[in-house]
Amino acid sequence: MDFDLSDDQKMLVKTVSDFGKKESTVERFRKLRDDAEGIGWDRATWKKMGELGWLSIPFPEEAGGLGGSFVDAALILEQLGKTLVPEPYLASVVLGGHALWLGGSAEQHEQLLQPMMEGDTTLALAYAEPGIRFDPRCCATTAKREGDGWRLEGEKAFVQNGHAADHLVIAAMSDEGMQLFVVDGADVKRRTTKHIDGHRGAHVDLAGVVVPESRRLVARPATEVLERVLDFGAAATVAEGLGVAFSMLWMTVEYLKTREQFDVKIGTFQALQHRAVEMFVEVELLKSINVESMIRASEEGPERPAAISAAKLQLAQGGQLVSRQAIQLHGGVGVTDEHDVGLYFKRMHALVTLCGDEAAHVARYAES
Amino acid sequence: MDLSFSAEDEAFRTEVRTWIADNMPPHLAAKAEAAGHFEMPEIMEWHRLLYSKGWVAPHWPKEFGGPGLSATQRFILSEEQELAGAPPLSPFGLVMVAPLIMRFGTDEQKQRFLPKILSGEEVWCQGYSEPGAGSDLASLRTSAVLDGDHFVLNGQKTWTTYAQYADWIFCLVRTSAEGKKQQGISFLLIDMKTPGVEVKPMQTLGHTPAFCDTFFENARVPKENLLGPLNGGWSLAKALLGHERTLVAAVGQTRRTLRLARRIAEHQRGADGKPLIEAPHWREKLARLEMRLRAHQMTNYRALVEQQKGHHPGPESSILKLVGSILVQEADELCMELMGEASLSWHDEGAVAPFEQWVGPAFCYDRATTIYAGSNEIQKNIIAKLILGLPSS
Ligand SMILES: Cc1cc2nc3c(=O)[nH]c(=O)nc-3n(C[C@H](O)[C@H](O)[C@H](O)COP(=O)(O)OP(=O)(O)OC[C@H]3O[C@@H](n4cnc5c(N)ncnc54)[C@H](O)[C@@H]3O)c2cc1C
Repeated sequence: MDFDLSDDQKMLVKTVSDFGKKESTVERFRKLRDDAEGIGWDRATWKKMGELGWLSIPFPEEAGGLGGSFVDAALILEQLGKTLVPEPYLASVVLGGHALWLGGSAEQHEQLLQPMMEGDTTLALAYAEPGIRFDPRCCATTAKREGDGWRLEGEKAFVQNGHAADHLVIAAMSDEGMQLFVVDGADVKRRTTKHIDGHRGAHVDLAGVVVPESRRLVARPATEVLERVLDFGAAATVAEGLGVAFSMLWMTVEYLKTREQFDVKIGTFQALQHRAVEMFVEVELLKSINVESMIRASEEGPERPAAISAAKLQLAQGGQLVSRQAIQLHGGVGVTDEHDVGLYFKRMHALVTLCGDEAAHVARYAES
Repeated sequence: MDLSFSAEDEAFRTEVRTWIADNMPPHLAAKAEAAGHFEMPEIMEWHRLLYSKGWVAPHWPKEFGGPGLSATQRFILSEEQELAGAPPLSPFGLVMVAPLIMRFGTDEQKQRFLPKILSGEEVWCQGYSEPGAGSDLASLRTSAVLDGDHFVLNGQKTWTTYAQYADWIFCLVRTSAEGKKQQGISFLLIDMKTPGVEVKPMQTLGHTPAFCDTFFENARVPKENLLGPLNGGWSLAKALLGHERTLVAAVGQTRRTLRLARRIAEHQRGADGKPLIEAPHWREKLARLEMRLRAHQMTNYRALVEQQKGHHPGPESSILKLVGSILVQEADELCMELMGEASLSWHDEGAVAPFEQWVGPAFCYDRATTIYAGSNEIQKNIIAKLILGLPSS
């Protein structure tokens, strides 16, 4: 076993971390969040991420990528999580991007994946549906052959980056089983939704949308693609969640060292020291299982879902212990919108929920 | 031992239930039905309706306009309101400052303040906490210096809930720097319209403007607004704490949230297309919380019976605060889990069912329940010291 990063990976981590510290602090996220007219993130920053290779790094060279792996994407996400960088890395690179890569043809890679990797477009994956719990195998949206194309029917809900994405990958059920299609954002009825973590998404109404056959993803069976992509997605929520939890832990430790009550630093109270230790231990467990989940995310076979579901459980239990205690130990100031700790708390909830929540992953693990 | 309510109590319950059904205005009833969030003007509207029925201050003695209900009936009254989803009344006047005015106030103060608290004509807020004085309240620094017939106030209070709607604020202020910190504190009643008082609302984690910073700059407060003895404010504050903690047992709130959870579980479907409530996993999660709540509720009943015998709430009330605040949070968390991806929705009408609208903001705001009214860590310190008799470090 070897848990060391390569020199290239160390460089990558440092670059992304510096970017967070210097160019994309929580303050930037807050401004973008509070701009009611905006999309919640910034296209110029996205373009820059493309130029730095962050958007193409996990994809193989045949698909136009830099030939890294999912581990590189996870390393990036962990750093982005530390300062709540709002650009849609998870939605576009991990979900939309991996669906196109695994499901798409060389031509589709060139037309739809390439511009995203360069930072010119963004993607989204529409899997969740209103009122139905997460399950990659389940889908009420339908696709029927019509002429040379397919007619879609149904609704997708809380599509991450769905409001801004140039292209959306849509899961739909046909007579021949699950299918994946790529539609242009401009061609669907979408309503921007506001999310708890200050991000935005879309409610997508597919009624009457007709997609040409050339926009169907057929390189692999759609169920297989979707299952693998949602596992990449789940592993991505864990990687980003690690960054989020890390920041909250150290922000809280710092607060315990500075806040005074009863004429002493509150960090001198043993009850609070123990609480901080519990937070620390949970972050360490999360760090460990994140290693397994980000490596196994690219594997085939039963160890992949097992590791990823275990990581999601740790995020739900450990990550949320951290986010809840972080608020608690900040006292009243933790319950204001003004303090950053609450922004992290909310992002943690979103990450726990996306790509299968605790219940979904425990059930999958138990049944396998 | 007897677990049953008397026939009289049951009749009272029916009377309350019927009155609420007949008298809650449609716009409040619609919000109650949708498990919505009430802002202060709606809360005061309900206050005035209850006042007209004589039920707004069930715990007040008859001589000050209370209805003379038994402790059990008082409990029934508040439980029925919470179950109906009625706006939760603002406690600052009715539950907090009024009992202190009754106990420590002069006759003039009683006549001046109590009737308007009862009628809802004057709204109150609580000015205890300061940026540097939270758990360690006694270290507060807002100063009140006597100058002729007035105290001159300078300093800052913070987390003052709904100060932007308040006509009056009751404050703990420093009137002496001598002796122990607790000894130089006085209890003042302050008109919010006094020049030099400024209120700045803040957003909470639930994105509601529920609390404020309140500033005092050379604000002149008449001497007659001192409640209790000069430099004797700390004992007034302590007398209030027990009351505040029984308030946060929040049995009704948790019961209501669990009913909401059941409703969400009937509405949200699993991947098999069936409502979640049909799945053992979710039914059992809901059951667990309902079962814990029963133990909490019985603890609350025990405290109520003690109060009925005339005992003031003692350190045991810390148990109610400790357990009640956590149950509120766990019920919120269950609602969020049941909603799955829909729990991402945030102040976004139409994205989820109407009764699911406020689940996210409540989940966020209610992180405060373990912090306010004496944080849970402080409650544990109290239990350790005053009930278990453990030595202090
Ligand atoms: C939503 C909300 C509404 C509020 N409304 C009002 C209001 O209307 N009026 C008002 O006056 N105040 C109000 N408060 C303030 C509230 O009473 C304080 O937030 C509370 O007393 C804690 O103080 P603090 O925020 O300064 O936290 P701190 O006292 O700084 O505490 C920080 C952390 O340290 C812990 N801690 C502190 N001392 C100890 C110890 N000795 N041992 C172990 N742990 C300890 C605390 O439990 C907490 O986890 C409100 C607060 C909130 C969140």
